[in-house]
Amino acid sequence: MTLTSSEAFITVAVMALGTLLTRMLPFILFPDSKQAPAYINYLGKVLPYPVMGLLVVYCLKNVSLVQSPYGIPEAIAILCVVLLHLWKNNTLLSIGAGTVVYMLLVQKVF
Amino acid sequence: MERQKKAFKAAFPHTIPVMTGYLFLGIAFGILLTSKGYHFVWAVAMSIFIYAGSMQFVGAELLASALNPLNAFMITLMVNARHLFYGLSMLVKFRGTGKYKPYLIFGLTDETYSLLCSCDIPDNVDKNQFMFFIAFLNHIYWVVASAAGALLGSMFTFSTEGIDFVMTALFTVIFINQWKSRKNHVPALTGLAASVMCLLLFGPENFIIPSMVLIIAALTIFRKSVEKGEE
Repeated sequence: MTLTSSEAFITVAVMALGTLLTRMLPFILFPDSKQAPAYINYLGKVLPYPVMGLLVVYCLKNVSLVQSPYGIPEAIAILCVVLLHLWKNNTLLSIGAGTVVYMLLVQKVF
Repeated sequence: MERQKKAFKAAFPHTIPVMTGYLFLGIAFGILLTSKGYHFVWAVAMSIFIYAGSMQFVGAELLASALNPLNAFMITLMVNARHLFYGLSMLVKFRGTGKYKPYLIFGLTDETYSLLCSCDIPDNVDKNQFMFFIAFLNHIYWVVASAAGALLGSMFTFSTEGIDFVMTALFTVIFINQWKSRKNHVPALTGLAASVMCLLLFGPENFIIPSMVLIIAALTIFRKSVEKGEE
């Protein structure tokens, strides 16, 4: 431990509060009792779609296209997920098979 | 009790991919934190009270450097800024959730949010209890895995390299389901394009906040066509 127990406690508490704040803020700004503006409702309704793209990119953010293996395992595994999902439309199967393919690629091939 | 059981049974299958991901990431977090010299109680406490995957990995680094609470607070806000979007899109869904609401807000991780966005809740199941179980089960997986990693870290010898891809696959599948559910693909494409552009421009450590700004700007500019496209 680098920090003393009380220093570590403060750091953990600050991180917990900061995280809670980012999750609570929209609910504080727009409580149930107050009708949120139409613009906010529009954003709320439409945001899940771009967020999922953002999260996919977030997961892949450390993949390098200029260094071996050039993102090839990720590309193959995502292609498997997409094709399998379009074909069978089974969430667990698509996720499970895609992950196994990726693990085999990074452990045995690349 | 009967109603709770029903909600639990309906919620559990949806959480299986998250369970897989959280188990391995949680174990990795537990191992990392104990490697910095922290007792396993710290790993468990962080997973209970912070409950934010990527933030806890950053937190392990913060706990391994000199005390700087203001810095820790600012980093937390930056790493977790994307949660603001989750709250915004749950304003309506969490309305009327009563006593469950504080916990649902507290437990709004990337994965719980994604499941809450994408699950169709069966008509005969209590909606509030269903959402509660999604959030609660994910939280349990995360805490148990962190404890396991911190306690038995050295015993995991088989190679799990690449297992974290389960999260990428989960988000990809939800992306496809959402794509199929809408006629207008501007919002989905905006998310991908803005994130890729900002990642290339700002790099992996700093791209989230610019991406959020760009997404909001694009959605504002294209509001008319987006709203029209779904009528």
